[in-house]
Amino acid sequence: MDPARRQSVVDFALQEGAMVSVEAVTRARVLDRLRLGDAAFRHLTRAAAFGVLLLLSGVIIALIQGSLPALRAFGLGFLTTDRWNPVTENFGALAPIYGTLVTSSIAMLIAVPVGLMIAFFLTELCPQWLRRPIGIAIELLAGIPSIIYGIWGLFIFAPFLQETLQPFLINTLGNVPVIAPLFSGPPYGIGILTAGLILAIMVLPFVTSISRDVFEAVPPVLKEAAYGVGCTTWEVVRYVVLPYARVGVIGGVMLGLGRALGETMAVTFVIGNAHRISSSLLAPGTTISATIANEFTEAVGDLYTSSLIALGLILFVITFIVLAVARYMLLRIERRIG
Amino acid sequence: MTARYAARRRSNAVAMALALAATLFGIGWLILILGVLLWKGLSGLTPAVFTQMTPPPGSSGGLLNPIVGSLILTVLAVAVGTPIGVLAGTYMAEYGRYDRLTSVVRFINDILLSAPSIVVGLFIYEVMVAPMGHFSGLAGGVALAVIVIPVVVRTTEDMLTLVPNALREAATSIGLPRSVSITRICYRAARAGMVTGVLLAVARISGETAPLLFTSLNNQFWSTNLNAPISSLPVVIFQFALSPYKDWQSLAWTGALIITLAVLALSITARSLVGSSKHS
Repeated sequence: MDPARRQSVVDFALQEGAMVSVEAVTRARVLDRLRLGDAAFRHLTRAAAFGVLLLLSGVIIALIQGSLPALRAFGLGFLTTDRWNPVTENFGALAPIYGTLVTSSIAMLIAVPVGLMIAFFLTELCPQWLRRPIGIAIELLAGIPSIIYGIWGLFIFAPFLQETLQPFLINTLGNVPVIAPLFSGPPYGIGILTAGLILAIMVLPFVTSISRDVFEAVPPVLKEAAYGVGCTTWEVVRYVVLPYARVGVIGGVMLGLGRALGETMAVTFVIGNAHRISSSLLAPGTTISATIANEFTEAVGDLYTSSLIALGLILFVITFIVLAVARYMLLRIERRIG
Repeated sequence: MTARYAARRRSNAVAMALALAATLFGIGWLILILGVLLWKGLSGLTPAVFTQMTPPPGSSGGLLNPIVGSLILTVLAVAVGTPIGVLAGTYMAEYGRYDRLTSVVRFINDILLSAPSIVVGLFIYEVMVAPMGHFSGLAGGVALAVIVIPVVVRTTEDMLTLVPNALREAATSIGLPRSVSITRICYRAARAGMVTGVLLAVARISGETAPLLFTSLNNQFWSTNLNAPISSLPVVIFQFALSPYKDWQSLAWTGALIITLAVLALSITARSLVGSSKHS
C-alpha cells in the first residue's frame, strides 16, 4: 500500500476516535505485511519458473563448455571418424552415433506397430472391465527402472537370443543375398540387435499409452458413421481413427524415440561396448550413452573426458530436436481436441 | 461382391488377432520380467540383506550401505527439488496461466522431463564435481533433484489448474491475499495430486543409475557423509551384476528386486491417490 493511501486509512480511523485508531493502525500494518508477503511469494514463484529455464540453459552451457577442448582438437571431424583410441588420445564419435541410431531404429520398428496394435485392442476390442487392468499393466512396464531391464537383458534375454533367435537369423536371413551381411558372424548374445530389442520393450509402453489416449479422443460420431456405412472394425481403425489421430501418434512415437536415443543403463549392459561399426546387427557395438556410462569414471586426461562430454552434447542436441518435434505434434492435437 | 466381402472380413479377423497377440506380447514381457526378478531375487532376500554391508568378493554380506545411501540421496533430491518444482508449477497455474513465460517454461519443462538422464549426470559433473574436485553424495542428490523438478512442476501445474476458480473467487471475496489463498486454499484442494507428483518423482529417481555414476560414485564402506562418495543401490547393482563373482551377482538380483518392488509400490500408491483421473 502506498503511504498516501495508508495515511488516509489512518485519518479516517482517527475521525472515529482514539480507541479505534489504535486498531486501525495495527490493521494497516497487518495489511502492509500481507501485501509484502504476497509480492514476495509471487516473485518467488516467478523466480522458480525462471529457474526451470536456467536449468536447461545451464545444461547446454555446461555441456558446450566441457566439450570445447575436444571440439577444438578434432573440429567437425569428431562427427565423421570412428577412431576411438584413449592411448593416442584420438577420438571420433561416429561409432557411438551409428550405434545409437541403429538401436533406436530397431526399437521403433518393433515398438510402433506393436504399440499401435495394443492401442487398437484397448480402444476397440477389449471388454470394458479389462481395459483398466491392461492399461495399468502396460504403464507399469514403463515404470520399471532401466537398470532392471539391463540386468534382465544380460542374464536372461541375451543368452536366450544367443541360443534361439540369433542362430535362426544367421541360418535363414543370413543366406538371403542383399541383407546377408546384416546377419553374419557368430551369435554373441549381446550386441546391437539385443540392445535394440530391449529398447523396443522399454519404448512400447510410451507408444501404447499415447496412441491409446489419442485414439480415445477420436469423436465417437466419426466411428459410428463409419460403422453405419458398413465398415469392419479394422477398416474403422485404419481409415478413420488412424488418420484422425495421426499427429498425436507421431508425437507419441517421437517421445518414445527420445527415450530410446537417451536410454543408458539397459543398453550399457547388453551392447558389448565395442567402438567399431560392423555391418552385422549381431555384432557388439556401442551407443553414445553406453560409452559415457562405461568410460567416464575411468577416463584419464582432459581430452578423453572432454570427448565424452562432447558425446553427451551430441546426444542432448539430437534428443532435444526429437523431443521438441514430439511436443509440438502433441500440442497440435491437444489444441484440436480442445 | 461376396468374394470381396469375405476378403474384408478375413483381413478384419487377421487384424483383430494381431491386436490380441500384440497385447499378450506386451503383457507377457511384464510377467516375464517380474517373474524372473522374483525367482532370482527372492532367494537372496534375507534379513542379512538389510543388516550387513556390501561384502568383498567371495564372502557373504548384505546391501545395508547402498540402501541407506539411496534413501539419503532420495531424501536430499526431494528436499531440493520439490520446493522449486512446486513454486514453478504455482507460478504457471496461478499467476501466469496465460503468460508467454508459462508456455515457454512448459515446453522446456516437458523437454527436461524426457531428457536423457546421463546428460544430467554430465551437467552436475561439470558444475559440481569438477569444481569441488571430488565426487560427493551432495552432487548425486542434486543430480537426482534435477530429475525431480520437471516431474513436480508438471503435476503441480496440472493439479492446480484443476482447482475450481470458484474457490479462488471465494477466498478473494473474503479478503484473503493471493498468496494466502494459494497456500491455504488451492494447495489444500490439490494436495492429493501434488503428493502423487512427488511419489512419481521418487519412483522415477529410485531406479536412476546414469546420473549417479559420476556424481555420487560409489562407496564400499558405511558412509553418510554427503561430502564424500556415497553408495547407492542402482550403482551397486550395476557394479555387482557386471562382476564375475556369483555371490555379487545374486546380491545384484536381490537389489534389483528391492528397487522394483519399491517402484511398483510407489506407482500403485500414486495411482490410487488420484483415483481414476488420468495424467501422464
